[in-house]
Amino acid sequence: MSSARIRLSGTQAGSAPNEGPKSTQAVRVEPPVAPVGETMRGAQIVVESLIKEGVDLLFGYPGGAILHVYDELHKASDRIRHILVRHEQGAAHAAEGYARSTGKVGVCMATSGPGATNLVTGLANAMMDSTPIVAITGQVATNLIGNDAFQEADIVGITRPCTKYNYLVKDVKDLAATIKEAFYVARTGRPGPVLVDIPKDVTWNQFPFVWPDSVDIPSYKPTVRGHPLQVKKAVDLITRTDKAVLYIGGGVVNSGASDEILELAERLNLPVTPTLMGLGSFPPGHPQYLGMLGMHGTYTANMAMAEAELIINIGARFDDRVTGRLDAFATRAKKIHVDIDPSSVNKSVKVDLPIVGDAKTVTRQLIEALGDTPRPERTEWWSRLRGMQRDFPLKFHDRTDVIMPQRVLVELADLTKGKYICSTDVGQHQMWAAQYYPADSSRKWLTSGGLGTMGYGLPAAMGAAMGHPGEKVLCVSGDGSFQMCIQELATCVHENLDVKVILLNNNFLGMVRQWQELFYSRRYSEVGMKYFPDFVKIAEAYGATGLRAEKPSELRAVLEQGLNTPGTVVMDLIVSKEANVYPMIPAGKAHYEIVMEPDVPTEAPEPRELA
Amino acid sequence: MSETNRHVLSILVEDRFGELARIVGLFAGRGFNIDSLAVNRTLEPEMSRVVLVTRGDADVIEQIIKQVNKLLRVRKVNHLVGAHHFERELCVVNVRAASAKAEEELERILRLTSARVLAHYTSGFTVELTSTPDEIDSFLERLRPLGIRDMVRSAPIALSKPAAETDAAAESAA
Repeated sequence: MSSARIRLSGTQAGSAPNEGPKSTQAVRVEPPVAPVGETMRGAQIVVESLIKEGVDLLFGYPGGAILHVYDELHKASDRIRHILVRHEQGAAHAAEGYARSTGKVGVCMATSGPGATNLVTGLANAMMDSTPIVAITGQVATNLIGNDAFQEADIVGITRPCTKYNYLVKDVKDLAATIKEAFYVARTGRPGPVLVDIPKDVTWNQFPFVWPDSVDIPSYKPTVRGHPLQVKKAVDLITRTDKAVLYIGGGVVNSGASDEILELAERLNLPVTPTLMGLGSFPPGHPQYLGMLGMHGTYTANMAMAEAELIINIGARFDDRVTGRLDAFATRAKKIHVDIDPSSVNKSVKVDLPIVGDAKTVTRQLIEALGDTPRPERTEWWSRLRGMQRDFPLKFHDRTDVIMPQRVLVELADLTKGKYICSTDVGQHQMWAAQYYPADSSRKWLTSGGLGTMGYGLPAAMGAAMGHPGEKVLCVSGDGSFQMCIQELATCVHENLDVKVILLNNNFLGMVRQWQELFYSRRYSEVGMKYFPDFVKIAEAYGATGLRAEKPSELRAVLEQGLNTPGTVVMDLIVSKEANVYPMIPAGKAHYEIVMEPDVPTEAPEPRELA
Repeated sequence: MSETNRHVLSILVEDRFGELARIVGLFAGRGFNIDSLAVNRTLEPEMSRVVLVTRGDADVIEQIIKQVNKLLRVRKVNHLVGAHHFERELCVVNVRAASAKAEEELERILRLTSARVLAHYTSGFTVELTSTPDEIDSFLERLRPLGIRDMVRSAPIALSKPAAETDAAAESAA
C-alpha cells in the first residue's frame, strides 16, 4: 500500500555514526608536564602538595579511605600539624575560623562517606560567608565508585551546590596540579570552599611529584580592578550627594581593605555602617561609625539607609537581613555597589552604579580618583544622624536580680576592649555580641552570617586559637548552639588552647523563643530545654575549667577569673530568660518599621508555658 | 515571538566530568526553569556547547546569565536574541496515514514543509522535520489528524549568524 509518490529519502534514521560518549576524564588541569620529580605514592603527593602550598596546620579525622594519607601525615609530622577534631563538622568550622582569623586558606580532611558528609554544613557555611577553605576527602577506590561500597558517598555530587568548585581526582598524575588549583580557586576572586575527593587507590598509586609553577584557568579570570569610568562616576556621585552612607561587608575583610575604607570614609566624611560580616572592618570607636546595620542593627544605621540619598556598598551583598522589605529598601537612595562577584550585582537590589572588582583595589581607586576634592561637611546629614544617635542609642533594661545578657557583653567589652578574637554561635547571644563586642580589627570577628550555623562558634574559636598561638580567643555562645559542637572541648583541652567560652545560658533557644513571643502569641513550641546539662561539670569532665555566675554581683569576677585562667574555660552565665534582642526589624518589614526596646521590660515567660 | 520571556542561551563549557551537572544543578537550586537542553561537542576538543532554553523576565535572565558565567569552567554565555541567530529542532514522527486520503494529505504536508520520509511500512510512515520550534508545533498539529503513533523531538540548537552577515541583512532590510 505504499505510495510511489512519496519518495524515500536516502538517509535512514539512526544511520549517522555514533561518535561515542563524551570524554569523562575527571581532572585535566594542566597540560602534561614532563615528570621530573621524585616518584611518590599519591598519599605523599597530597602531603607534599599541602606543604608546598604553605599549609602547616590542618584539621581532620582519619578513616579507612584516607588511611594512606594519614600514614604520610604521620611521617611528615615535623613539617605539618594535624589537629584531631572530635567530629568532622568541627574540622570544617575550625578551618573556617583559622582562615577568617589569619587570612590564609584553612584546610580540613575527612574520610569517605560519613566523614565527608559531616563536612557539608561547614562547606555550606564557608560558601555563604565566602571563606577560603580546602577540604580533602578520601573516597572508595576507583573500581568501587558507584557500587554502593562501604562508606561510599557521592560527596562531589552532594557538595556541588555548596562549594565554589570541587574535584574527583581519578588519576594520581593529576593530584598535585589539582591540589594547587584547589587552593588557587579557594582564595582568589570571591573566596570560598573547595573540595578535593581522592579515591583510595589514587593515594596508593605512584607518580613523580611535580609541583606546577602556576595555575591558569581560561574560563576563570576574576576582575580585580574596577572600571575607571565607573570609578570616576562613583566619585562624582559621592562628592555631590550630601546624605551618603558607606555600607561595608565581608568583602572588606576578605580583601583586607580596612585601611582603605577608613581613608575613604575620612576623606569624604562618610557615615559608616558594617554588616554582621563586616564588623571590625571599621574602628568601632570612630566618630563616623554608626554601628551595625540590619535586622538587629542600630536605629541610626538603619535609618541612615532609609533616609540616605546615596548608598555606597563595598563588599556586601544586600542580604535580606540587611535590606528588610525590598520594595521599601532605601527608596530615595542612589546605590553604588562594589563587589568582586558580578552575580551579586542586581541580584536582589537594583543598583545605579555597579563596580565589579576587589574591595581593596577599588577603594584605593576611589581614593586616587578623589584628587584634591575637599572634604564635604555634610552638616545637615551629620546633624540628623547625631540626633538619632542621641535619641535612640542601643539600650537595655539592666536588672539587679538576674544577669542581663547584654550586661555580659558590656562587661566583656570593658574587660577586653575588643582586642581578642571573638567567635560566636548563632542566636540571640550572637546579636548581642555583634551589638556590643567592639572587635578592633576585621579578622577578630568570627561569626556564621549567611548560613546561621549553630555549632560554628566553638570549633571556629579553636581554629583561630590554632592560628594565633598564645592568644586568648573568645567564644560567645548560647546553651543551644554550644551543645551542637560541644565535643570540640576535647580538642581544645587536648591542644591546651586559650579558648574562653562565654556561655549565655537562658535555658532557652532564645531567638526562636523571641519570635514565638512576638509573632506566635507566646506559644513557646519546643524552645525550652527541660533537661539541660550542668555546663560546669561538662567543662570539668572534658578537663577544662568550668565557672558559673548566677547573680549580677558575681558576673564581673567570673569573667575576670575566666579570662585570666590559662587554658580552655567555660563560663556558664545564667542570664535572664525573657531578654529580647532590640532593635529589631521584623522579617519582611522596612527599615523605618524598626522596633526599639520597650520602655517597660517584658514579662518573664511563665515556666508552665515552657512545657 | 509571542513568548517574550523565552530565552535561548548558548553556553561554552569545558568538556569535563560533572560540568553539565553543575549547570543543571544551578538551575534547579536557584529555582530557574529549563525548557530544553542540548549538549554536544564543539570543534575545540576540550569544549562542549550547551544550548539551553529558559524562561524569565529581564531580571531573572540577567541573574541566570551571571550565575552560569560564574561557574568556573564556563567560558562563555551567549544570550541569543531576535533575528541574529538560527534555531533548529529535530522531530521524528511515526504517523499512521492509514487511508489513501490520509496519504494524500501527508504528501501535501511534506510538500509544504521540508519534512522527509525516513521509512514507510505497510501501516504508515516515519517522517522527520528539522525546523524552528514553532514550525515543528504546527507540523505536528497538521499530522495529528492522520494519527501520530509516537513522536520524539530534540531540544533546539541555535547558532548566531556571523556578525558581518547580520549587519548585511540589517542593511538590506533597511
